[in-house]
Amino acid sequence: MIDLFIRAAFVENLALAFFLGICTLLGGSRRVGTAAGLGVAITLVMVFTVPLNYLVFHGLLAPAAWTWAGMPELDLSHLSLICFIGLIAATVHVLELVLDRFFPALAQALGIFLPLITVNCAILGGSLFMVDRHYSLTESVVFALGSSVGWALAVMALAAIRERIDGPDRDEASRSQALVFVAIGVMSMGYLVFSGVQLA
Amino acid sequence: MRSFLRKLSHSIVDDNPVAVQLLGICSALAVTKTVATALVMSAALTAVLVASNGIISALRRVIPHSTRLVLQITIIATLVIVTDQIIAAFAPAMSRQLSVFVSLIITNCIVLGRAEAFAMSHGVGESLVDGLGNALGYGLLLTTVGAVRELLGAGALLGQRVLPLVQDGGWFEPLAILHLPPAGFFLIAGFVWLLQRTRRVAP
Repeated sequence: MIDLFIRAAFVENLALAFFLGICTLLGGSRRVGTAAGLGVAITLVMVFTVPLNYLVFHGLLAPAAWTWAGMPELDLSHLSLICFIGLIAATVHVLELVLDRFFPALAQALGIFLPLITVNCAILGGSLFMVDRHYSLTESVVFALGSSVGWALAVMALAAIRERIDGPDRDEASRSQALVFVAIGVMSMGYLVFSGVQLA
Repeated sequence: MRSFLRKLSHSIVDDNPVAVQLLGICSALAVTKTVATALVMSAALTAVLVASNGIISALRRVIPHSTRLVLQITIIATLVIVTDQIIAAFAPAMSRQLSVFVSLIITNCIVLGRAEAFAMSHGVGESLVDGLGNALGYGLLLTTVGAVRELLGAGALLGQRVLPLVQDGGWFEPLAILHLPPAGFFLIAGFVWLLQRTRRVAP
């Protein structure tokens, strides 16, 4: 389980090894504060949606899921995409209402990021990888937690780097978006080191 | 015809969705290890983007403002499922290589971005051209990055040997880094710099 967590968080980091959620990574990494809020939002949504999608997929959509109802040959797995995205949108909406009601300060801090997460590819990618790699329910919880924490760490590290680059005497070149990509590339190279990590 | 071409080239070069608008980068990086995957991915995105722009533009007076995002996503998801099933049926090996990335077209910001920014406020014809232009801009960039990575990373193009490898008695030593994720970021960085630079010089 720890092995899976470490692998999801560092070795197979969704942002730096699978390029998922890069749009949000670019948009939300100007300041460390916003990046931290974004990371919290991603973790919350991910930890809810991946196990929920697991239940939906294996309870309703997988081949032979309807055997108990006398329809063993029914295979609805082609509907998984539309169900996943619908469930993610619904989860985000519910989470927004709950946070607004019980944790107004956190809801205020997350602001626009929460609704935008619906179209974050890291979230949908997490659910798709869960199906693709045949995780069990506990594994999918650990995987969701690991990969979202890894993503959150990556966005905060990038924000810290960008705050330094955009120092007081910033010139034309340092504001270029190309430089941000180079920074992400260097981070991604650093993360390659983790691929040598062996855990028993 | 001329205005058609001008609009097309505007969204391919001056307003390139990936390098200038910085949309849809996730998939642009992930599927560019070889030219073949880049081409299939571009074709899939072209089909989805043109169709979704057309459909959403045709329905723009019917779609209520408050629920438009849900409706747009549903339309896009349906188109992506169809595309995914077609690729899986006719090119199963390619479908396995692309794994989840065709499905991820749903959350590709280019599709939703163009629907929201263009198709909701323009006619069907214009929206089709806009979709085609953006999809071609995406495809051109993807294929170029794929070509660089495959040529320098494996000495081949579309699976055909172009540069003779050292291990076969040739002179070319493949650059392993081009197969790794960082290379994608560096190449995109280069394109972002190049396109934003040329755009600033041109009026």
